[in-house]
Amino acid sequence: MTYSFELPLLVLLILTAGGAIVVKDLISAVIILGSYSFFLAIVWAWLGAVDVAFVEAVVGAGLATVFFLLTLFGAAPKDTLIRRTPPPIAAVIALPVLGLLLLYAADDLPAFGDLQAPASVHVSPYYLQNSLSDTQTPNVVTAVLMDYRALDTMMETAVIFTAGIACWLILRRRAS
Amino acid sequence: MTGFHLFVLDILAVMIIIYLYRVVRGPTVYDRVLGLNGISTKAIILLVVIGTVYGRVDMFVDISTGYALLNLVGALAIIKYLEQRGTA
Repeated sequence: MTYSFELPLLVLLILTAGGAIVVKDLISAVIILGSYSFFLAIVWAWLGAVDVAFVEAVVGAGLATVFFLLTLFGAAPKDTLIRRTPPPIAAVIALPVLGLLLLYAADDLPAFGDLQAPASVHVSPYYLQNSLSDTQTPNVVTAVLMDYRALDTMMETAVIFTAGIACWLILRRRAS
Repeated sequence: MTGFHLFVLDILAVMIIIYLYRVVRGPTVYDRVLGLNGISTKAIILLVVIGTVYGRVDMFVDISTGYALLNLVGALAIIKYLEQRGTA
């Protein structure tokens, strides 16, 4: 196995995730989760998904931190301290086993950038060849999102609208 | 990707881990805020270096600029919260 830059990124992700679990108050956990989200954005950028990295950096590291803090504004200071109970024995045994099973299953995944992977041979060639003549849209990602999967995108918009209304209701109650 | 790029990326990752120690272990919240700011400066450089590795610096500069702006907003929100709460 050759060394690559994914390894330090994985170490950073595990360190921040563990740190967010062990700290004693919520404000520190929010700060550490912000850095976790940003390392995730670097992972996306490293894999070449620049747009996903941008969304993760803006929403995960920026907006989510601000929303968490706005929620903490409404909480009493004593409620932001975390009293931890030790985890149950079953979780201590079962979760590492689950992680090992997932690592074992990940061995069968196609390699990154594999041209023979199912995702590369099933519908992607059709989109790449026909999206311009089908939809008159030069950007393939936009054509897939807004044309081939327009119904899906519309329902996603409904979900985001609902989440926005929920955020507005929570923050409005704090102001009054 | 050349060995030089990998070297720079690894050095930046080690520097981030040093800051991360202060963020996770920091006795006060101010240590954590300062550590997070240090991490974000290193990570902005990291993104630009990744951009040079892929030869698409223009797009990665956009991401890093956006992150720098949002990090400022996040830091201001944290400071505002600490100011309102009074103690740290």
